[in-house]
Amino acid sequence: MSDATAPGQSWRDWLLTDAPTSRRHARLANLYQGWLKLRANSMAMFGLGILVFLLLVALLAPVLAPHDPFQQDLANRLLPIGAENHLLGTDSLGRDILSRLIYGSRITLYIVALVALIAPVAGLLVGTVAGYAGGWTDTVLMRITDIFLAFPRLVLALAFVAALGAGIENAVLAISLTAWPPYARIARAETLTIRSADYISAIRLQGAGPLRIITKHIWPLCISSLIVRVTLDMAGIILAAAGLGFLGLGAQPPSPEWGAMISEGRRFILDHWWVATVPGLAIFTVSLAFNLLGDGLRDVLDPKDSGQ
Amino acid sequence: MTATDTQQERRRRAPFPRWVKTALLTLGSVAVTMLGLLFVTFIIGRVMPIDPVLAIVGERASQATYDAVYQQLGLDKPLIVQFLYYFWDVVRGDFGMSLLNARPVSEDIARVFPATLELATLGVFIGIVLGVPLGVVSAVNRGSWIDQIARVVALVGYSMPIFWLGLIGLLVFYGILGWVGGPGRLDIFYQDIVPTRTGMILVDSAIAGDWSVFRNAFSHIVLPASLLGYYSLAYISRMTRSFMLEQLSAEYITTARVKGLSERAVIWRHAFKNIRVQLITVIALSYANLLEGSVLTEIIFSWPGIGSYITTALLSADMNAVLGGTVVVGLIFICLNILSDLLYRVFDPRSK
Repeated sequence: MSDATAPGQSWRDWLLTDAPTSRRHARLANLYQGWLKLRANSMAMFGLGILVFLLLVALLAPVLAPHDPFQQDLANRLLPIGAENHLLGTDSLGRDILSRLIYGSRITLYIVALVALIAPVAGLLVGTVAGYAGGWTDTVLMRITDIFLAFPRLVLALAFVAALGAGIENAVLAISLTAWPPYARIARAETLTIRSADYISAIRLQGAGPLRIITKHIWPLCISSLIVRVTLDMAGIILAAAGLGFLGLGAQPPSPEWGAMISEGRRFILDHWWVATVPGLAIFTVSLAFNLLGDGLRDVLDPKDSGQ
Repeated sequence: MTATDTQQERRRRAPFPRWVKTALLTLGSVAVTMLGLLFVTFIIGRVMPIDPVLAIVGERASQATYDAVYQQLGLDKPLIVQFLYYFWDVVRGDFGMSLLNARPVSEDIARVFPATLELATLGVFIGIVLGVPLGVVSAVNRGSWIDQIARVVALVGYSMPIFWLGLIGLLVFYGILGWVGGPGRLDIFYQDIVPTRTGMILVDSAIAGDWSVFRNAFSHIVLPASLLGYYSLAYISRMTRSFMLEQLSAEYITTARVKGLSERAVIWRHAFKNIRVQLITVIALSYANLLEGSVLTEIIFSWPGIGSYITTALLSADMNAVLGGTVVVGLIFICLNILSDLLYRVFDPRSK
């Protein structure tokens, strides 16, 4: 990890000050102190390290992958782990598993990033509008949220994919559609506590409209609880996406999506166990990393909920 | 809450006892949620790229046949009327015909559901039996090695893809060690021996007194049920731990200890007694999750339950079956949620 103290003591002092001189200074100092707290949590840093590694692998995939992930080589199919030229062996079509794994990290990150963009933003919108407006708007919006919350998530995602057609984008959409309600709940709860605060009244007296109040003064305060929740949900999202891929409803065949790779390897599990085992380990590692980081972030950003 | 005397005042004036109002409100919210579920599945059925008429009449039918079926299905009516028809059908338990085998979907579901119920019940049972003690012990010995193990167990449970763990389980316990039966509910020569009463083979064979079938069925169910049990164990043990920690830090526990009660009495008779209601809620939730989460497990273990049914129907574009299955799972899910909520209200005096 990079050492933040390296540029000199003065930066560190500036960041750790109790009396910030500007808004940006205060924000940076706050971030830095949160980072220090997170850095003390070795499990969270371990998770973060895995994720940074995953990001690098995804970025450098063409450089790192020893083979073309789609290149079939039927003469060398189902080679075991440690085979010459194929570190993690080959699958039933002779494709290099390591290369497919490396390219698969791009798909995983793509899915995670899209869901992490869509679901919390949708939840934030619904939650803050419901919380701020109150009355009928609140009742109707929260009723809809409850309906979606009461649904079995995987089954609902299955039904959505059935309607929209199989594919990564539709899987993302289906997962997002089932993932937004908890964010709406959180955002609404935060909004309700903020709404009656004095500073909101002050802003309103200055003539700010609801749109400005919600976007500029309520959203920023909801962000930290949402970030914690998103990080903790990431593991579930990865597992759901892999599950859809496994069922053949997510990423489609030649694509090296990890869940689909397990599904392909499933037929050979008894004789060629590594074909399905290796991508499963990758899924496990990444979702474990998100869980560890999420736990750490929760302790930093939201100490009251840390379950201690 | 306002002051107690005004509350009592209000209670005296109210025409019904308060629980009637609560019950009505709950019923209302259940009804709205179920309507919402039906509406969503209805919309999914309507935006589908599959033409329901073509699916019935086939591609070579004449325009007249097409139109006749189109009208018969009520597709010429306004959307809201169609929804009312759909609603009425579902209320009567009619989910239409399966396109795959031309049988009523409701009959299919009634046939496959016991398999899922059997699996999920055994799974949640394993989760309770192991998860509750694990949670209690790790809360009592906070920070000890057993607490660390419980933490890792839960963390792995939250991070592991269930279908992958199932495959590995099959590989190790069936493929390599040969300790358990393979996929499916029974070996082929044990099939159709005991008469079907409940549809749950363990129960049926026990009623018939045929213990060889029972043993065979058990060897098939033990692996998928342990798998599901592991996931509910991860959840139940975590929740038990945090409930127990909350109780153990309360003052009445200190009082009990100062009184000289044995540690066991403090833990089980005082602290544990107070978390029972919360635990019931957690268990009901985890049961609901298992009924749903068994989809992937059923695929891995070729378990002929509702999850397999929905997935197979999905892959062959049998939309009536998919939507029927979704509605049934959704309704059960909602009912269990409500039930856990009700149990909480009925048994926990603090929530009154």
